Amino acid sequence: MNWHSFEAFLQMGGYGLYVWSSYGICLLAMVLEAGLARRRVRIARQAVIDDEETAA
Amino acid sequence: MSWTRLAAPSRFYTFAGAALPWCWALTLLSGLAGLYIGFLVAPTDFQQGEAYRIIFIHVPAAWMSMLLYLALAFWAAWGWILNARMASMYARALAPTGALFTFIALWTGALWGKPTWGTWWVWDARLTSEFILLLLYLGYIALTEAIDDARRATHAGALLALVGVVNIPVIYFSVRWWNTLHQGATINLGAAPKMAGTMLTAMLLMTISFWAYSFAIGFTRARAIVLEQEADAHWVKLLRQPGDQAS
Repeated sequence: MNWHSFEAFLQMGGYGLYVWSSYGICLLAMVLEAGLARRRVRIARQAVIDDEETAA
Repeated sequence: MSWTRLAAPSRFYTFAGAALPWCWALTLLSGLAGLYIGFLVAPTDFQQGEAYRIIFIHVPAAWMSMLLYLALAFWAAWGWILNARMASMYARALAPTGALFTFIALWTGALWGKPTWGTWWVWDARLTSEFILLLLYLGYIALTEAIDDARRATHAGALLALVGVVNIPVIYFSVRWWNTLHQGATINLGAAPKMAGTMLTAMLLMTISFWAYSFAIGFTRARAIVLEQEADAHWVKLLRQPGDQAS
């Protein structure tokens, strides 16, 4: 175990700002992209269903 | 089932839907294991202190940015030469994820460069060629989105993607060909890694996670593109049957 306290873990030996903003942006970007991709499928599928309703 | 049968959009749609939960599970499991080892097991670097821990996302993101470009160019070329619609759709599905990993590699690189080099950015060969990769991704996306006709968009995109492949070996070998501020390769085939075993394990686990993520997103986006482009196909009309979620 590298860390004696949670505080020390957050400070990352003085590099906390650099390390955590790297990981933060990475996680945010991936979660955002996953959400957008899933939304695109949902919209495309809804368009197929709507198309059927107008045709019927 | 032969993999060539996946060339049919309908089969791809079903297969990708079934594969998605496995891709996400692998993304989460290897990602959590990589973060655990990277932060709680791997020791402090004797030169760079804790700042080096950015490596666990920086290097996997940089690898994926290059790998996804090669995959994009491969599928774009396949779709163009063999006139295979599914291959072209898959190429387009990969582009935003490649751009995302390129952005992450540049962003984490800047945040690593500041404390270790004293600067966010330099125009050295490695950084410049990776930045050109981002422009290639954005150019590919803009070009294929700007052309309404799917066939012409495919051709133009494939041409751009293939020309851009030249940039990949430039990125990869830049630290060897030129005198760069960026450090040399972390891992060389045929040579012992210059890092502790636990560091290497964490980095490889994060790479598996990013790879599985790329598959998950690629499959998801490709399914959306299939539905958008094949809306009039018979099998898509079958998805409208009530009670059939076709997920």
